[in-house]
Amino acid sequence: MGTESLALSRSEKVTGWRLFLKTVAARAYPRIVGQQREKSWIFFEILLPMLAVAAYVYVYRAIGAPEDYVGFVVIGGAMTAFWMNVLWSMSSQLYWEKEQGNLSLYIMSPSSMMAILLGMAVGGLFASTLRALAVIALGSLLFKVQYSVTNFTQLTLVFLLAMTALYGMGMMTASLFLLLSREAWHLSNLAQEPIYLVSGFYFPIKSFNFWVAAAASFIPLTLGLDAMRQLIFSSGAALGFLNVTVEILVLIGLCVLFLTGAKLLLDYMERLAIYEGRITESRR
Amino acid sequence: MKQSETVRSFTMATWLGWQVESNWTDPFLFAIYVIIKPLATAAILVVMYSIITGGDYNSPLFPYIYLGNAFYTYVGAVMAGVSWAVIDDREHYKTLKYMYIAPINIPFYWLGRGVSRFLIGTVAVFVILTAGVWFLHLPLDLTQVNWGLFLVSLLIGVTMLAMMGLILASLTLMIAHHFFMIGEAVAGALYLFSGAIFPLEVLPAWLRPIGYAMPITYWLELMRRSLIGDVAEAFPTLAQFSNLQLIGILVGLTVIFALLSVVVFRWCNHRARELGLIDRVTNY
Repeated sequence: MGTESLALSRSEKVTGWRLFLKTVAARAYPRIVGQQREKSWIFFEILLPMLAVAAYVYVYRAIGAPEDYVGFVVIGGAMTAFWMNVLWSMSSQLYWEKEQGNLSLYIMSPSSMMAILLGMAVGGLFASTLRALAVIALGSLLFKVQYSVTNFTQLTLVFLLAMTALYGMGMMTASLFLLLSREAWHLSNLAQEPIYLVSGFYFPIKSFNFWVAAAASFIPLTLGLDAMRQLIFSSGAALGFLNVTVEILVLIGLCVLFLTGAKLLLDYMERLAIYEGRITESRR
Repeated sequence: MKQSETVRSFTMATWLGWQVESNWTDPFLFAIYVIIKPLATAAILVVMYSIITGGDYNSPLFPYIYLGNAFYTYVGAVMAGVSWAVIDDREHYKTLKYMYIAPINIPFYWLGRGVSRFLIGTVAVFVILTAGVWFLHLPLDLTQVNWGLFLVSLLIGVTMLAMMGLILASLTLMIAHHFFMIGEAVAGALYLFSGAIFPLEVLPAWLRPIGYAMPITYWLELMRRSLIGDVAEAFPTLAQFSNLQLIGILVGLTVIFALLSVVVFRWCNHRARELGLIDRVTNY
């Protein structure tokens, strides 16, 4: 009898926001703990990307670019961590989960898919932030990057808004990946270098035609990077695409758009995937 | 018998690799996929260069950077192609354990899996070079190309990259699946030391010896010399070496990497079997 009541109390029904938050924590947990269990990621995700960033720095040095461009590359190189994380650990993760057999378990559980995706985002954001900070610290030390922060409040706001919009975009595109199979991997692979190009990861986006830069601004990191560069480098404002205040307003709009889009699209795609029998499909 | 097993492992893996890489979509979309990614990588460097130099494509530094980057496509393609097969088979298709119990030669199977990426890389290199000649006045004259040197260098270089890929594949056996792009990450890091996109003189003196120890440095120099001799002569990095000497160094380093790949494979293979890592699945 005692064991029975203990089992009942353990399986106490959790609903609403408590269930949502517990799901977020549960999905974030393996990502954060996984980082501690095997440390090879430090080499592959911090040291190696740092060397790639250094290569772009030396290209600028070889062609005699002003020193602020070195800083642009360091910041851009650090921000690639977030884009890679959204591509590989958010968008295409649902495809990977489908292949592993976890997706059907997610759908069967009483948790919401939004909570699961948010958990992935929180865990991924933690790992990506570590990598980005390491690249900025190492890059700044090695290349003696000079920062001239003009407004810390705006800088923090821009970063938070860019991350919210970016991970919202990741959650939204993840729902599209519910319907995809093997092509998911290739689509993510395709969205790396072209996005580095149009979002200006290694150069100011102002170098492009206005309409190209405006179209690229649909990706939150484009304006996030541009605003951050304007706020932390002395020549940043002169090379900025739009005024920082305007960029903050656009980022707020993107946050609303992507988070709402994620909720609506996820509900729709989940129903569609169930209806079309794609949840357990494995087209290899 | 041994010979036929080796050949069979290689050819079947080549066919399998091509199917995995290409049959996820229709040929038209696949062609776009093959072209866009490398063109975007080249475009990042072209934009960086043109912002700073004001579009001075007549400087010998431009073809140096452009050609080095174009042929560096092979580094990522071959190394990633060979090493990715481990994660793809172990964690995605979960067939690595079956490969191990099948009558095949595992290192040749992995090398075969890399052939499709080499073919895709070849198309990418061709497209990048054509775009350079058409749109950026790349001084590449097919009647002036030293075809003998080009083909010999390409053959030795691809063999060398395959050996490096085999080392990476062996190491991949030992590590968890934190990250999708190990091959690309390693290739990105080697970008720094190989003089691919800037002459080694730009590196600090204490880093240059790493570049001189890398076979990719000599291979890229040979590729540049075979296509546009003037470009190589404009930079002092390896000017004191004749073509024959460079080939000798490249062959020597390729042999060293081949021996190293055998040692690393045997060690990693033994450890992976001992620790039960052959059928390990890790997913965060």
